[in-house]
Amino acid sequence: MLPDLLAVGVPWAVASIVLPLAVALAAIALGPHARHLVLPGALLGAVIALAAAAQVLAHGAWHHAVGGWLPPLGIRLRLDGLAASFLVATAVVACGVAGFSRRLFEPSARRETRAGFAFWPLFFVMWAGLNAVFLGADLFNLYVALELLTLTAVAMVALDGKAETLAAAIRYLLFALLGSLAYLLGVALLYARYGALDLGLLRAAAVPDAITLAAGAIMTAGLMAKTAIFPLHGWLPPAHAGAPTPASAMLSALVVKASFYLIARLWFDVLPAAATVETSQLFGALGAGAIVFGSLLALRQEQLKLVIAYSTVAQLGYLFLMFPLTGSAAAPQPWAAAAWTGGMFHALAHAPAKAAMFLAAGLMIKACGDGRLAPLAGIGRDLPIACFAFGLAAVSLMGLPPSGGFTAKYLLLTAALASGQWWWALAILAGGLLAAAYLFRVLNRFLIAPAEAAPRVAVARRDQAIALALAGVSILLGLASLVPYQLLQIGRPAAAVGGLS
Amino acid sequence: MPVLVLSTSLVPAIVIFFLAEAQQRTRTLVNIAGALAKLALVAVMLDGVALGVAYETRLGLLPGLDLLLRVDALALLFLTLSAFLWLLTTIYAISYLGQGPHLSRFFGFFSLCVAATTGIALSGTLVTFFIFYELLTLSTWPLVVHQGDARSIAAGRRYLAYTLAGSAVLLLGIVWLESRTGPVEFTVRGSLAGVDAPTLQAVFCLLVAGLGVKTALVPLHGWLPAAMVAPAPVSALLHAVAVVKAGAFGIVRIIYDVYGTTLLHELSLGIPLAAVAAFTVIYGSARALQQDDIKRRLAFSTVSQVSYIVLGASLFGPYSTIGGLAHLVHQGLMKITLFFCAGALAERLHVHKVRELDGIGRTMPWTAAAFTVGALGMIGVPPIAGFVSKWYLGLGGVQAGHVWVVLVLAGSSLLNAGYFLPLIYRAWFVPGAMDRAPGRERPFWLIAPAVITALASLGVGALAGLAMSPLGWATLIVERNYTP
Repeated sequence: MLPDLLAVGVPWAVASIVLPLAVALAAIALGPHARHLVLPGALLGAVIALAAAAQVLAHGAWHHAVGGWLPPLGIRLRLDGLAASFLVATAVVACGVAGFSRRLFEPSARRETRAGFAFWPLFFVMWAGLNAVFLGADLFNLYVALELLTLTAVAMVALDGKAETLAAAIRYLLFALLGSLAYLLGVALLYARYGALDLGLLRAAAVPDAITLAAGAIMTAGLMAKTAIFPLHGWLPPAHAGAPTPASAMLSALVVKASFYLIARLWFDVLPAAATVETSQLFGALGAGAIVFGSLLALRQEQLKLVIAYSTVAQLGYLFLMFPLTGSAAAPQPWAAAAWTGGMFHALAHAPAKAAMFLAAGLMIKACGDGRLAPLAGIGRDLPIACFAFGLAAVSLMGLPPSGGFTAKYLLLTAALASGQWWWALAILAGGLLAAAYLFRVLNRFLIAPAEAAPRVAVARRDQAIALALAGVSILLGLASLVPYQLLQIGRPAAAVGGLS
Repeated sequence: MPVLVLSTSLVPAIVIFFLAEAQQRTRTLVNIAGALAKLALVAVMLDGVALGVAYETRLGLLPGLDLLLRVDALALLFLTLSAFLWLLTTIYAISYLGQGPHLSRFFGFFSLCVAATTGIALSGTLVTFFIFYELLTLSTWPLVVHQGDARSIAAGRRYLAYTLAGSAVLLLGIVWLESRTGPVEFTVRGSLAGVDAPTLQAVFCLLVAGLGVKTALVPLHGWLPAAMVAPAPVSALLHAVAVVKAGAFGIVRIIYDVYGTTLLHELSLGIPLAAVAAFTVIYGSARALQQDDIKRRLAFSTVSQVSYIVLGASLFGPYSTIGGLAHLVHQGLMKITLFFCAGALAERLHVHKVRELDGIGRTMPWTAAAFTVGALGMIGVPPIAGFVSKWYLGLGGVQAGHVWVVLVLAGSSLLNAGYFLPLIYRAWFVPGAMDRAPGRERPFWLIAPAVITALASLGVGALAGLAMSPLGWATLIVERNYTP
C-alpha cells in the first residue's frame, strides 16, 4: 500500500522552499546548461504547491516545526489555506514565466550573456523567497525571506544593464532597503517588549499599548514601501516597466503581493487587538488613493509597459480596502469574512492576469520593436493570440465577469454596502471604470485597421499561448471559485470574521 | 439541457477563434450547425415547457451564490427569438461580409454574443444575469469596431462608455440589494420582504438606470445611433437579436421576477417608469423624423420601439404585459427585416440616404417589398405583427386606467408613419436614376433572410391567435406566472 502522501506531517511546506533553492544552486553550477533544468524544476514546484493545497483541504491548517524544535527555541512554518493558495498562485505564474523565458535567455552561440547566466538562479531564489514569506510563522525568518526577495527582485530589474533600468533598480533598492530596515526595527521593538518572534506566541501575548502600536506602525510603513502602496508607489512603474518581460511579470504579479501578505498577516493574525478604527480607515484611504491615482496615471502613459505597471499600482489599492471593510470588533458586521476573502481573492486573481498581461505586452513590443502605444495599431492581425490573452487579462483587471477579479469585486462590494461603508463601494466601482478606460485605450489599438501594414518581427505562437493560458486561469478563477474560496477559509484568522481591534 | 443550449453557440465561438482566416468552408459549417442545433433544442424545450417541464442547471460560485441556468416560459420567449434570428443573421452575414478581413474574429465574437444572449435568457439569478450581460457588452464591442476605421473606433468608445457605466450602476444596484437579502433568485417571491421601502426604491432606480442604457431609454440612448457605423449584420444583432433586447428583457425580469407588481405598486414605481418609457417612445420617433441617413433613422426608430416593451411591462396590467412581451418578438422580426434590407441596399446599390431610395422598388423588388412589410408593421398596419402589440398595449393601458397610453401610441404611430411612409413612397412611386438595371438582387442568401423575416412578421401578426404564436406564448407566460 502506498503511504498517504497528504497526511499531516508530510513536509510539502518545507519542500516548497527547499526545492527552488536546490534548483537555483544547481543552475549556478550548470551555467549555460541550466535551462535543461528549468521545466522539470518548475513543474515539480507546481506539484509540490498543489500537494500542499490538497493537504490543507484534507486535514486543515497545521504548523511544521523545522527540525522538530518548538518555539520559542525552534522555528515553525505555518501551512493554512491562505498560505497554500498563495503557493499555488506563485507556482502557476512561475511555471508560465519559466516556460516563456526558456528560450528568451538561451545563450547565444558566440558568448554567454549576463542575463542568460543570472536569470535562472535569481528566478528560483525568488520563488523560494516567495514561498518562505507565505509559510513563515516567525518574524525574523520572514525578514530573511523578504530580503531574499528584495535582492533577487532588484537584480532582476537591473538584468539587462541599460542606464535607465539601472537607475530604476537603484531607486527600487533604496525604497526596499529602507522598508526592510523599518520592518526590522519593528521586529526588534516587539522582541524587546514580548521576548518572542513566533506569530502565535506574539498574538497570545500582545496587548494594545504604545510600543506594540508603534512597532506595528513602523513595520507596516516599511512593508508599504515595498508594496508600493500610494503614496509610496513612485519606484514601482519605472522598475516594473524597465525590467525584462519575465521579470516584470514576476515582480508585478507576485513580489509586491508578498509584502502585502505580511501586512495582512501582521494585523489579522498577530496584532488584531492593536488595530483601531482610525488605522483601518487610513489603510482604506491609502487603498482608494492608489486606485484613483494609479488609474489616472495609467491613463496618461504612452508606453505600453508603463500602463501595465501603473495598473499594478491601482490594483494593489483594492487589497487595502479589506482592512476597513472587515469592520471592527466593536461593530462587527455580517460580511466581514467576505471582505477578507474578497481582498485575498483579488490578490490571487490579479497574479495570473497581470503576469499574462506583461508577457503578452512583451511579445507585442518585440513584434513592433517599439514600446510605445501608437505602433500597436493593427497588431490584432499579427499577434491574435497575444491580443486575446491581453484582452482576457484586462477583463479580470476591470473586474468584469466572469473572472476572478469579478468574484473579488463582488465580495468586496457586498461587504462595503452591507457594513454601510458605501464610500469604499464607490471607490471600487470608480476603479473598475477607470481600469476599463486605460485598458480599452490599449485594446482599441489592437483592432485599428492601419493605413499601411507595419513591419513586424515574428513571434512564436507557443509563447503567445503561455500568456493566453495564464489569462485563462484568471478567468477560470471566476467560474470555479468555490474550491479556492473554501481553501481560503481554512485556518482563516479570527479577526477576518470578528473585525480588527 | 440549459448547458447544452448554451454550448451550441459557445463551442462554435471557441472553435471559430482557432480557425485560420482561409478556412471559410469549415467556419460556415460550424456556424450553421451550431445555429441549427440550437433551434432544434429550442423546439424540444418549447414543447417541454408548454407541458410544464422545468430545466435547470446550477454551478456553485461561492457559498450561497450559484450560477443558475433555468428554462422558464419567459426565458424561452427570448431564446426562441434569438435562436431563430441568429440562424438568419449568420446566413446573412456570411453573404454580406463575403471575403472581408478578420472573419474568424468576427464570427467568433458573433457566436460569443449569441452565447451571452442565451445566458441572459436562461439566467435564474441576478448575478448570473449580470455575468452574461457583461459578456454581451464585451463580445459586441469588437463587432462594433470591426471595420477599424476612425469612425468605428469612436463609436466603439462611445458604446463602451455608455454600457460600462451602465453596468457599474447595475452592479451597484445588485450588490446593494444582495447585501440586504443575500443572493436574489428570480421567481422566488417575497425575498425582498425585510428591506425598507426607500432602499428598495433606490435600488430599483439603479437597476433600471443600469439596464436602461442597453434598452436605450432616453437620456441613455446616445450610443445606439452612433453604433450604426457597424456592419449591417451587427446592427441587426444590436437592434433586434441581442443588445437592446437584453436590456428590455432585464427590466421585465426586474419588474416581474425580482420585485413583483404588487410590491412595485406599493412603492409607486410603475408610473414614473411608464412615463420615461412613453417619453422615449415619442422622443425616438420625433428624432427619427429628422434623420437623413437610413440606418440612423432606423436606429432612432429602435429607441422608440424598444420602449414599447418597457411601457407594457411598467403598466402592470395583464394585457399591457402581454402586448409588451409580444412586442419583444415582433419588434425583433420587423426591425431585423429593415436592417437586412438597409444593409442589402447599401451593399448592392450604395444607397445610404433617404433621397437615394428613389425607384429601388424596380431595381430590387424583393428587398423593397420586405422593407415595406417591416415599415408598415412598425407603423401598426394590420395584420402585421406591430399592430397586434399596439392593440394589446392600448387595451392594457385602458384596462389599467391610463388612457394617456392610447394617446402616446396614437402619436407614436403617426410619427412612425411620418418617417416610414416617405421611404416607401420613394421606393415604389418615384422614378429612379437610369443606370440602375434590375438583376442586382444577388446573392440569394443576402436577400432571402429579409424576405423570410418579413413573412414571419406577417405570419405572427395574422396568426396571433394560435397558442404557439408570440402573442399566444406571451399570454401563457402571463397566465402562468404573473396573474395574482
